[in-house]
Amino acid sequence: MDVMPKWAEVVLVPLISLLLAAFLSALVILAIGESPTAALKLMIEGAIGSTYGWGYTLYYATNFMFTGLAVAVAFHARMFNIGGEGQAVLGGLGVALVCLYIPWPHWSVALIGATAGAALFGAAWAAIPAYLQAKRGSHIVITTIMFNFIAAALLNYLLIGALKADGMEPATRKFAEGAHLPSFQDMFSFGEATLFRGAPANVSFFVAIAACIAVWALIWKTRLGYEIRAFGHSESAAKYAGISPTKIIMISMMISGGLAGMMAINNVMGEAERLVLNAVEGAGFIGIAVALMGRSHPFGVFLAAILFGFLYQGGAELALWTSIPRELIVVIQALVILFTGALDNMVRSPLEKMFLAMQRKKGEV
Amino acid sequence: MDLLTLLQILDSTMRLATPLLLACLAGLFSERAGIFDIGLEGKMLAAAFLSAAVAYTSGSVWVGLLAGIAASLVLSGIHGLASITFRGNQLISGVAINFLAAGLTVVIAQSWFAQGGRTPQLSGAARFNPITLPFAENLRDVPVLGPIYYELISGHTILVYVALLCVPATWWILYRTRFGLRLRAVGENPAAVDTAGVSVVGLRFAAVGICGVLCGIAGAYLATALQAGFVKDMSAGRGYIALAALIFAKWRPWYALYATLLFGFLQALALRPDLIEAVLSFKVNGQLLDVLPYILTVIILAGFVGKAIPPRAGGEPYVKER
Repeated sequence: MDVMPKWAEVVLVPLISLLLAAFLSALVILAIGESPTAALKLMIEGAIGSTYGWGYTLYYATNFMFTGLAVAVAFHARMFNIGGEGQAVLGGLGVALVCLYIPWPHWSVALIGATAGAALFGAAWAAIPAYLQAKRGSHIVITTIMFNFIAAALLNYLLIGALKADGMEPATRKFAEGAHLPSFQDMFSFGEATLFRGAPANVSFFVAIAACIAVWALIWKTRLGYEIRAFGHSESAAKYAGISPTKIIMISMMISGGLAGMMAINNVMGEAERLVLNAVEGAGFIGIAVALMGRSHPFGVFLAAILFGFLYQGGAELALWTSIPRELIVVIQALVILFTGALDNMVRSPLEKMFLAMQRKKGEV
Repeated sequence: MDLLTLLQILDSTMRLATPLLLACLAGLFSERAGIFDIGLEGKMLAAAFLSAAVAYTSGSVWVGLLAGIAASLVLSGIHGLASITFRGNQLISGVAINFLAAGLTVVIAQSWFAQGGRTPQLSGAARFNPITLPFAENLRDVPVLGPIYYELISGHTILVYVALLCVPATWWILYRTRFGLRLRAVGENPAAVDTAGVSVVGLRFAAVGICGVLCGIAGAYLATALQAGFVKDMSAGRGYIALAALIFAKWRPWYALYATLLFGFLQALALRPDLIEAVLSFKVNGQLLDVLPYILTVIILAGFVGKAIPPRAGGEPYVKER
């Protein structure tokens, strides 16, 4: 039944999609009168040419791993969680409450508490659309979009009201010292050599890697993961096998929302150390591109997240040194979503034909 | 609150509801034909940018409008290609289109005008200007009816009247023409349409095309009538509100008008917090008014206030051979 060998499915298809996206992005850069090769060089230097660059690249990648995993888990249950953005906003709220109102003695316990708070708030924000989908049949995509807007307004409301610190800015006060996460600079600088100076990457990168492994184990090594995948492949077959659709929709969406919310330990607790408006910066949406690119596999998500971290940091460098605005990254993101998601068949079907022809030839010989 | 203030609020309701109405009808055509479209936002944004850019360089707002429609149609074409021709995921395609528009408009605007991702201010013939309906000046002093005619009905840009006319036109096309019957059928049961010898692909592309034209007008209205020029992310979630209105309206044209008027009214109120406070004598939170459309939509979707049933074949690509 499988026309293509596995390596073509997991490597070749995403690679061709990526090349198509890169080619079109290069055309855009050419069209606005800049040199694509110079731009690529600048991006590589800025994003991975120094430990400082890596510190930013991995910081962004941490965000995208969480949101990418969130979208991927929902994809396995054949649901499109477009609400990662709102769930990450709520996760930030969870982190802020945990860090503001509990005096933490040490960052390690604070991290555990904040992770729990973030996951809980994110999961709760996903649970309402999930319930409405499971019990009321309202479309999860539409409700999660609405919940993104509601989350943004809720945060806005709290940051100019109940949680606002003194001063003009709509932000909470800074978290206490006990909630300060060690950055890569704190962790990897020995003696005279200071690595990752001033970069925001922090210990939550390793939490993200642990989350990748945990999601892999969940999806492929547990009974629940099997049920999620079975439900994703065929709802009616899953039902026939005694799997409750309500349970799978609720659980997979709450895991998804929890993962998206956990992003906040990186951007809120690790970087800003207070809750500000628009802290998520679209990372919830980039998770869609990351999950599609990574074929919903945690290892693929890991690689795609680092690629998008590179693009994000490289794009910031481009905006700094050339006249190419940061929004170019949004264009690249859109093209990746388009080719790996919506136009998947366009990339796939010629390849399938090619492999089919090769198999036939082999058969004749 | 006196009559004049009320009329002012209703007047800005009309102006703010117009882009929502056009986008909502655009979504209606597309979704009634079975193609989900969450890319309304992106199409409006692209049209807003190109219409403003072309209106500025050509000096004619009509040329700008055409350019805006063309930009929106290109994105519609991509959506059609992805979701009809290649049977991809319509929702993912819509997301991609939104990002494509959000990114490209700023990149191109920066390259063309170097003003931080905006177009220069439009003025004169490069904008749609308010038109005064006949006798509005003369009848202004007639009690009650005079101000209503002068303030509320007269004095909008032509696109507002176009949008309003689109409502009966949409109703007529959908329910009184053969094309409309087929369009609705293709959203409910494409196999039956195919059996009758009518092209599913053709009908769906036609619907997506109409959707593109209407989104194009909506976007051009934003940049050349409601405001004077394009600014980054100026569609500001209107595509999603239109989507919400479409569900609110249960995919029907007249209800779409009422829903978008309601949401436009909420937006108009959010602009005048002083008035709400004066009337209700307590402070209503501005954020609450902003998110009310979304909350209402969730409540509607949850089935607490009547059930919104989408077209049955919506979101599913049609595969001919089974």
